[in-house]
Amino acid sequence: MRINRILGLLLALCSAPLFAAGAKVHLMQSGANISDQASLQRGAGLYFSYCASCHSLQYMRYSRMAQDLGLTEAQVMESLAFPGAKFGDTIVNAMPAGAGDKLVGGEDWFGKAPPDLSLTARVRGKDWIYTYLMSFYPDPTRPAGWNNVVFPNASMPHVMWDRQGIQHANFVDMEKNEKGEDLPCKHGEVNGRCFESFELAKPGTRSAEEYAQDARDLEAFLQYVGEPAALLREKYGLWVILYLLLFTGFAYMLKAEYWRDVH
Amino acid sequence: MAGARTSTMTGILGWLDQRIPVMDTWNKHVGQYWTPKNFNFWYYFGALAGLVLVNQIVTGIWLAMYYKPSAAEAFASVEYIMRDVEWGWLIRYMHSTGASFFFIVVYLHMFRALIYGSYQKPRELVWILGMLIFLALMAEAFMGYVLPWGQMSFWGAQVIISLFGAIPVIGPDLVVWIQGDYLPSDATLNKFFALHVVALPLAILALVGLHIIALHEVGSSNPDGVEIKKKKDANGKPLDGIPFHPYFTVKDTFGAGVFFTIFAFVLFFEPTFGGLFLEKDNFAVADPMVTPASIVPVWYFTPYYAMLRAIPDKLAGVAVMGAAVMILFLLPWLDRSPVRSIRYRGPLTKIAITLFVIAFVVLCYLGLQSGSTAQLWVARVCTVIYFGFFLLMPWYTKIDSTKPVPERVTYHAH
Repeated sequence: MRINRILGLLLALCSAPLFAAGAKVHLMQSGANISDQASLQRGAGLYFSYCASCHSLQYMRYSRMAQDLGLTEAQVMESLAFPGAKFGDTIVNAMPAGAGDKLVGGEDWFGKAPPDLSLTARVRGKDWIYTYLMSFYPDPTRPAGWNNVVFPNASMPHVMWDRQGIQHANFVDMEKNEKGEDLPCKHGEVNGRCFESFELAKPGTRSAEEYAQDARDLEAFLQYVGEPAALLREKYGLWVILYLLLFTGFAYMLKAEYWRDVH
Repeated sequence: MAGARTSTMTGILGWLDQRIPVMDTWNKHVGQYWTPKNFNFWYYFGALAGLVLVNQIVTGIWLAMYYKPSAAEAFASVEYIMRDVEWGWLIRYMHSTGASFFFIVVYLHMFRALIYGSYQKPRELVWILGMLIFLALMAEAFMGYVLPWGQMSFWGAQVIISLFGAIPVIGPDLVVWIQGDYLPSDATLNKFFALHVVALPLAILALVGLHIIALHEVGSSNPDGVEIKKKKDANGKPLDGIPFHPYFTVKDTFGAGVFFTIFAFVLFFEPTFGGLFLEKDNFAVADPMVTPASIVPVWYFTPYYAMLRAIPDKLAGVAVMGAAVMILFLLPWLDRSPVRSIRYRGPLTKIAITLFVIAFVVLCYLGLQSGSTAQLWVARVCTVIYFGFFLLMPWYTKIDSTKPVPERVTYHAH
């Protein structure tokens, strides 16, 4: 929605200097759009193929997802949902994550339980998930063989490597100022070195543009999961504002009429 | 009936009016409350603050129907409201956006009093009651922010409550007493819920009632700072006064329309306001084992938070922060100017107010930052300006030049 974009841009302009200090990594622009239902559907498909076996969406229900994404109960329950799940259930995964679990869980696989992703898009903010999915590179020093520029030393391997292919990351040493102190990296820092660029070493099943679209779809899907109400907000918002403008106009006319006899 | 009062009204209202002062109350506070006709833009914010209070109470009642005040369930219950409760997201955003807008209108309302000298004799008590509302509101907002039990709820509570630990002798015990535990926990959350939904709203409502009764006893001031009661017509009605109803009820309805339009814009299109109204970290559940990269209070507390951080000593920092709020109580006695309104004051007062506003806004900004050395020094300068504004006020308001105040209010009919 246009109004939303303009407001978003204004806000970004106002708030950018406020939050720039905290962000070490320059996030890429995903261009994700939660109003694009096809993108959300593709994102859901990718999520259930690549992410859902480790990451739950504990606050999201299959039924709500079906309704918002324009999918039927059969489509969701037969091709996406875990076996045995009911349509009204929340999306909890096959891999038990909690500490103290008797079963073999995510902690045993990765040393750390894969987090629930219901609210990740809200905690990390816009475009973080997109940039994260674009920023994996092989690193033999890591247990799973992968590292990530946005989230250095994350436990997660690059599960979509078959789609993206393998990209190597080029690093340079940190620059120093006159006093010999390290200067902050421009594009992100991993273990004391500055990230410079990626280089595709082995192509995947998807072209670079197609993989970017995959990441964009997942970004959009997780933005939606973070706040399903965003679809409703944007749907009703304009009408509420139009009504209020009309109301304010009439209120002004009423005020002017009453105040005509005040001299 | 012996002793029964007579009423000009008939029917049910007449019956009531003979037993409870319906007509007298209406006339005193609304129908014949003589209000200066020259109120300008700045005089909308009192009524708007009342409107936001109603919004907070009504949406708060509905939130309390679904919210679970327990450390184990609170966070999930808020997400339940956001996702599974019909229109729950709207109620929750009205409440969270309302909290920030409450402070916006209250700060503007206080600024109005500052520039037009509304606190001067005989309105000192109106100002003091207003300040008590401000204090209760800060406590209410702080405890409300703890309830969703996100990371900022927990760590914000931890930082703020620990400030009481700086008090000599009783400090550490006081912290445990407030928390009901050695760190913010289920006991703290339950306690804050009780205070947030029962004790503080009752206190705020009572104080707002007293604020309005006190105001209506002495009458409203105005942008000229002229007492309209000094010039009355043959019937004893102030010449520059018009009845609150219908003139200001319709005017404030228009103001409310503009306000709600802006409010709706934020609510529907940017409810977190870029992380200022709802901080990103608060979408992660409270975890005592993981400290967030930076713990920053919500924007309306940041001017005071910046002062706290600017002082190297914890006890001194807490004292300065507390004094920054409490010094406002003294305003009616610090101002020695013979005139009320900024319109008739000299350059010294105008410069002082300008510097004060700049210092306050800069402190608000700095409180949101990580706090580099340069920022700390800017915060120190701003803290000195903030206190200088009040402590030097008896001097600069006394020697400042003034312009003659007119006999009657200035008003140009539109």
